[in-house]
Amino acid sequence: MLLIRCPWCGPRDEIEFRYGGQAGLTYPPDPEAVSDEEWADYLFMRDNPKGPFRERWFHAAGCRRWFNAVRDTATHRFISTYRLDEEPPA
Amino acid sequence: MDERTRYWRPAEPKPSYDVVIVGGGGHGLSTAYYLAKNHGITDVCVVEKGWLAGGNMARNTTIIRSNYLWDESAAIYEHSLKLWEGLEDELGADLQFSQRGVMNLAHDLGDVRSSVRRVEANRLNGVDAEWLTSEDVQAFCPIVNISPDVRYPVLGATLQRRGGVARHDKVAWAYATAASNLGVDIVEHSEVTAFVRGAGGRVEGVETTQGTIRANTTALVAAGHTSVLAAMVGLRLPLQSHPLQALVSALYEPILDCVVMSNAVHVYVSQADKGELVMGAGIDAYNGYAQRGSFHVIEHQMAAALELFPVFEHASLLRTWAGIVDVCPDASPIVGPTPIDGLYLNCGWGTGGFKATPGSGWAFAELIATGASELARPYELERFTTGALIDEHGAAAVAH
Repeated sequence: MLLIRCPWCGPRDEIEFRYGGQAGLTYPPDPEAVSDEEWADYLFMRDNPKGPFRERWFHAAGCRRWFNAVRDTATHRFISTYRLDEEPPA
Repeated sequence: MDERTRYWRPAEPKPSYDVVIVGGGGHGLSTAYYLAKNHGITDVCVVEKGWLAGGNMARNTTIIRSNYLWDESAAIYEHSLKLWEGLEDELGADLQFSQRGVMNLAHDLGDVRSSVRRVEANRLNGVDAEWLTSEDVQAFCPIVNISPDVRYPVLGATLQRRGGVARHDKVAWAYATAASNLGVDIVEHSEVTAFVRGAGGRVEGVETTQGTIRANTTALVAAGHTSVLAAMVGLRLPLQSHPLQALVSALYEPILDCVVMSNAVHVYVSQADKGELVMGAGIDAYNGYAQRGSFHVIEHQMAAALELFPVFEHASLLRTWAGIVDVCPDASPIVGPTPIDGLYLNCGWGTGGFKATPGSGWAFAELIATGASELARPYELERFTTGALIDEHGAAAVAH
């Protein structure tokens, strides 16, 4: 089980969290103006690196807040977790 | 005689081939076999970064069935099941293929409705399917607990009698041997590090740890690592790679002579010929390439299994493991060309690839050889732009 450091609650067991997939995806500001390709890109296409990955987590059984993480998908090790209004630590 | 020569020929890569297949798992090997057998294309190389069939082909729970909801799925999975039914004869190998029946349990009214709907859809598509009441379930599999007084009561089940299991390693070895005998080169321990690019960005082969291999057609059949390879040519796919865990118990006397699956509680179980109970779980939620998952997933799966099969309380866990499954948003695969000339994709089989091993290779070979495959056409990457998804999430007895 992963030990996840919630930016507000500190290190907690993985079972308290829900996974939110890739972080930093932005909703098209004018969705009706985008092409089918751009819409598909927003809706379905995702980065899927073997290595550091910026992703979202939700502390469902804790503070119930979303936050971001950088985690190495090759090892599952968390590199950092940070609030949504923060940049990932260097 | 060298033990290995009874199987496939060890091969050194030639400088060029007609087709190079990246990935020596079940689907890559069956693609190579059907290219050679059905289409006479024998100038084929399968490159595998590890040992043959050491990825998901070594890690699945060997379940075979074709009871998918949608027409496109029923077509390719049923074609696959029909190939399974003749595969031991075709490949001249014992695959321990056993059509012992696959039951998918229904635990609530929603399950019952979608299950009955799937049975009817299957029948319309010529796929054998039956609806069983809870009493029928117990008659078919006496150790299932059908008491209404449990967290996930068994309200009934769908049954595909032609479904079953096969010995995964033997399937890979038989395809490899048959392909090799037809002239296909199988190169193990050779990792693709880049693609050879030609005029207009055309993919013209691969750079590997054993040198450059040029090819007219390059086919990616790399399951969980497909995104990593695709990223080398700047191709972004609707795939996420997740750990998918499974486990075996210690050896026991025969107590379970069919396959039992449950969507709602994410457990599926059969008993291997040797006696282990083989159980699979749902995917771990996060992306991961580490071939291991979190233990709470196993715990959750065991809790459900114990309630369904109280007799399992005496069983002890022998081993758990995980594979890396590439999952599409609609839980259906991607089989087709790419926007990059010379490059084809067969991926996204997610949690359900083993059963499709023959059909996937058959259709992909047809596509590569002739430029079109009726079975594969609905699975092109383009569906994510057109919106013609084949949504098997929830429809097709999820716990693949």
